[in-house]
Amino acid sequence: MNRQGRQTRPNEDGAGSAAKTTFTGHQALDHEEDLIFELGRDGQCGVDLPALEDMPDRLGGLLRDNEIGLPGISEPEVVRHYVRISRNNYAIDAGIYPLGSCTMKHNPRLNEKMARLPGLADIHPLQPTSTVQGALELIDTLAHWLKVVTGMPAVAMSPAAGAHGELCGLMTIRAALEARGEKRSRVLVPESAHGTNPATANFCGYKIQSIPANASGRVDLEALKAAVDDDVAAIMLTNPNTCGLFEDEVIEVAKAVHDVGGYFYCDGANLNALVGKVRVGDLGVDAMHINLHKTFSTPHGGGGPGAGPVVLSDALKAYAPVPWVTSGENGFNLQENATGEAAASIGRMKSFHGQMGMFVRALTYMMSFGCDGLPRIAEDAVLSANYVLACLKDHMSPSFDGYCMHEALFDEHFLDGTGVSTLDFAKAMIDEGFHPMTIYFPLVVHGAMLIEPTESESKASLDEFIETMIDLTKSAKEGDTTRFTEAPRLAFRKRLDETRAARSPVLRWRPPVDVAEAAE
Amino acid sequence: MSDHKYSEDHEWINVEGDIATVGISNFAQEQLGDVVFVDLPQVGAEVSKGDEVAVVESVKAASEIYAPLSGEIIAINEVLNETPETVNADAENGGWFFKIKLADEGEMDDLMDAEAYAAFAQG
Repeated sequence: MNRQGRQTRPNEDGAGSAAKTTFTGHQALDHEEDLIFELGRDGQCGVDLPALEDMPDRLGGLLRDNEIGLPGISEPEVVRHYVRISRNNYAIDAGIYPLGSCTMKHNPRLNEKMARLPGLADIHPLQPTSTVQGALELIDTLAHWLKVVTGMPAVAMSPAAGAHGELCGLMTIRAALEARGEKRSRVLVPESAHGTNPATANFCGYKIQSIPANASGRVDLEALKAAVDDDVAAIMLTNPNTCGLFEDEVIEVAKAVHDVGGYFYCDGANLNALVGKVRVGDLGVDAMHINLHKTFSTPHGGGGPGAGPVVLSDALKAYAPVPWVTSGENGFNLQENATGEAAASIGRMKSFHGQMGMFVRALTYMMSFGCDGLPRIAEDAVLSANYVLACLKDHMSPSFDGYCMHEALFDEHFLDGTGVSTLDFAKAMIDEGFHPMTIYFPLVVHGAMLIEPTESESKASLDEFIETMIDLTKSAKEGDTTRFTEAPRLAFRKRLDETRAARSPVLRWRPPVDVAEAAE
Repeated sequence: MSDHKYSEDHEWINVEGDIATVGISNFAQEQLGDVVFVDLPQVGAEVSKGDEVAVVESVKAASEIYAPLSGEIIAINEVLNETPETVNADAENGGWFFKIKLADEGEMDDLMDAEAYAAFAQG
């Protein structure tokens, strides 16, 4: 409960509510920060505005006649408010962030320096192209290197993030099929797929057919071959897949789909494991999005917008969304409309040319590594994950035998009989100062724990993580159940009530008077 | 053991005359954890066996519910809209999802009895 009387912790409205331990409700220098609307005071204004002259009403009686309700607080109060709540956040800049399938790697500061250069930061997408030649060249250069890295002939730069890229890919596939006069109805999606894959296919009007995994955690090729026919538009496959395993029959998968005239969409979320080592064009891929905010180190997870350029095969490139950068005797230009050479384009997916700020950061990252350095990213990411797997495999239960790629997958079996669940285990990691890994995904294993350390972590950092995990597993097996079921005990917020949050979410703040009225 | 029949998608089916009541098994609700939302089909919809007809969402995952038998949806359990937790508390009775007027009672032959399902769920 904060000083406004608003409940701030789960279960504190009933019996057994947590006793307030300090006068203010703050814990040391961690503040129980009020909402900005609760901080505001009536009649106070943080800015000096000139007195309004007497103006005639030109709004035909629509002039606002009640208070706008903005919080009345001063600039230092605003700054403190946001700094305080930002301190409750966890970020890759604060520690290891081992979220499987999210590639939370270090965002080099050089990227930020480049993105803040005035010639790149202070331009507008509607400026005449003659005044932004450098920016257009940058987009073109990044596009070139994305094509080289993936071995693909074309790239659509404008998609705004991974799922938007998936949509772009499937729309080009649908356009290609329509151009052939075909209307196919199914998209194949392996069991371990990211949830966005079936969502994208469904959004594009396709029916989803799930393809089971085999005992080694990869696509069951026989089941796939049994499923393909001339009604299949595409398969959407992540490689390495979300079990952290390389789809070793990917060539056969591509062939099976191509043989019936379908297309191969590759989900590029896990490209960090392949960059510089495998060209997806050589695997038979027709379209793949590249999460610049994962593989190429641009910020994400609340830190910045994603960016999801899509590389396209010869079969699909004619359908790429506009705009794209062209170059010729008169320098760089933009193909803005789906006319002329772009007549087959699916049109525009985004207002402008893509996430320019992310393009700058991604190109900076690629150029700092260089052609010879890029493979080290994948090598070190895979090495880090295998080090974690090797050190933990006798303590936890790996879901599949053998080496992994860039992420290590464990299931809940090592906790059998302990009374501790995957969720409890993850919460106990918070008490130990670690952001938990991805849990309960992928769905194909029971109580999944998907750890992706990335190449950013030093061996010392990995060792500290591993030693903590081993200590936790021992503790669970020795019966110290409350260390888990009551975790996090030391965090500013204790265990949140996820069920209640989902069943009866409070989605907006209302002034106390409204609350009182609503209760009546 | 109950008279319920079960599908490989962890649904239970109780048939009276040509009306089948369908829900998710107790095993399924245990695996899902706390159910927070159930998306039910439209009454009057014609469904074929294997069609996706409902979605159940828990704190862990969202799962599709497939029609275990073909026919017309004639009733849905509107209690689940307000209190989805009924699925956890009473999965194989009060937590039913929908009723189907069967188009082909022969499809019943593909379902498991409680004993066979218990073995299937263990496997």
